[in-house]
Amino acid sequence: MAAMKQRSATRVLTGTRIRERRLALSRRQADVAREVGISPAYLNLIEHNRRPVGEELMTRLADVLHVPAEELAAGREEARIAALREAAARLPEALSDGPAELEQAPEFLARFPGWAGVLIATARRAEGLERQLVGLSDRMTQDPYLLATLHEVLSAVTALRSTASILAEEGEIPPDWRRRFHANLDEDSLRLSQTAQSLVAYLDSFEADGTIFTPQEEVEAWLAAGAPEIEAPGGPLVSDAGRAMARDHQARMAAEAAILSDEDLAGAAGRAAGDPLQVAALLARPLDLVMRRLAALRPAGFETAGLLVCDGSGALTLRRPAPGFPLPRPGDACPLWPLFQALAAPQTAIRLYLEAPDGGRFHTISYGTRSQPEGIDGPVLTRAQMLILPAAAASGGPVIRIGPACRICPRSQCPARREPSILATS
Amino acid sequence: MPQELDILMIEDETNIAEAVRFILTREGWRIGLHPEGKGAMQRIRAARPRLVILDLMLPGRSGAEILAELRADTDAGLAATPVLMLTARGQGPAVQPLAEKADALLAKPFSNDDLRRVVRELLA
Repeated sequence: MAAMKQRSATRVLTGTRIRERRLALSRRQADVAREVGISPAYLNLIEHNRRPVGEELMTRLADVLHVPAEELAAGREEARIAALREAAARLPEALSDGPAELEQAPEFLARFPGWAGVLIATARRAEGLERQLVGLSDRMTQDPYLLATLHEVLSAVTALRSTASILAEEGEIPPDWRRRFHANLDEDSLRLSQTAQSLVAYLDSFEADGTIFTPQEEVEAWLAAGAPEIEAPGGPLVSDAGRAMARDHQARMAAEAAILSDEDLAGAAGRAAGDPLQVAALLARPLDLVMRRLAALRPAGFETAGLLVCDGSGALTLRRPAPGFPLPRPGDACPLWPLFQALAAPQTAIRLYLEAPDGGRFHTISYGTRSQPEGIDGPVLTRAQMLILPAAAASGGPVIRIGPACRICPRSQCPARREPSILATS
Repeated sequence: MPQELDILMIEDETNIAEAVRFILTREGWRIGLHPEGKGAMQRIRAARPRLVILDLMLPGRSGAEILAELRADTDAGLAATPVLMLTARGQGPAVQPLAEKADALLAKPFSNDDLRRVVRELLA
């Protein structure tokens, strides 16, 4: 036991190993961090053993530092001891029979590695479930679909209650009013039953394994949070797919920023009076690049810019919300968004004014592109994007009345409707 | 200018508006309806009702925005018009600031008796 303590105390920790290896190669922290796709600050925390290193990141670090991953990971035992201590610390005192013997964690791990693994995995599973619970709670209180549905239910119930009370308690009622109230009862009860069915179907659509967010939703939450460190624990990126998408996005943004700097973009935006085409002309850069950079940087004149990007199938691949613009859940869209027009007319910018169901107006520039990345015989890839800017109520030009998605859109007479709405007609 | 309306109700749900109009008309009040947030302030200014019944969630413009503009009106008499706000339970933080600006709040679904009682109190 004494020997084990001695061994544990003298063993070099993973972060320290990484730091020593980097210094041995005379590499700068910032350079290594950039190559593995994390920030220098995060690498610094890792090197000081203040952040754990996941297997994927460990592989990338080993690659960049030209050393076998096993050699860097030799400190994995310490990480497992730390995980055991964390598991003990996370359990509320009220739920335990007494404090865990923290000083005996190394011995426990050495003697019962299987049980220690079960304990660590169980603690991590509990942490993941807690995170999902928070996510579910957020969804219940903030999900626009649930809020709209709840409002719909309350409206129907209010009308039913008032109308039924009138018929039951108000004595003599003129025949025309009585007929109208009976019709209203019929209409509201039908609306209520349809809303209830839709709500049940929606709740059933939550995946059975409890995974609340899609990777795309994780990336959107990550962007909305200001794109913090991808590997940072407790962040919105909880799945490998979400982290991979975030890394891809980050690499793309960095590459585009290298082509078109923040300073150049801000300078041109200041002279272009809110016109992305003028910005592109001033900078002699492609319009699609300028639109993506405007939505990412949001310089003066484009402070609330949002961006939607879709591929040739119409699937949205990036959604940067603009304030007030009605966005449904990922996977759904309004067929009237000009974004989809741009797919059919690539290389031509389309400017259209849109009106949301709540009256909010938007000025949109949509632009489609085509490419053949595999050469002349390769497939033609089409992509479109729509820059969303606020518009004054008096803005000129025809206005297209759009919505979030048919199911939660109140425009009953819309020519593009593909399924009935659960919301009231307007 | 003589007041033609006792009550102006701003509510987009037609069936709720019809039921409320029937109930309050039977009480002897003269009631007018406006079906959306857009243009509501102009209608209030033109009608100068003794009471405004205002739904919180309206298309075009929210009841909260309309209430804020009414209270900030330079016409002190108009700005002081009593307002009964219709809300939904569970709107929590969104409703809290309204409680200070509205004269009464009524949560949906409400009973016809509660509606009559609150309107009588506000128009007394």
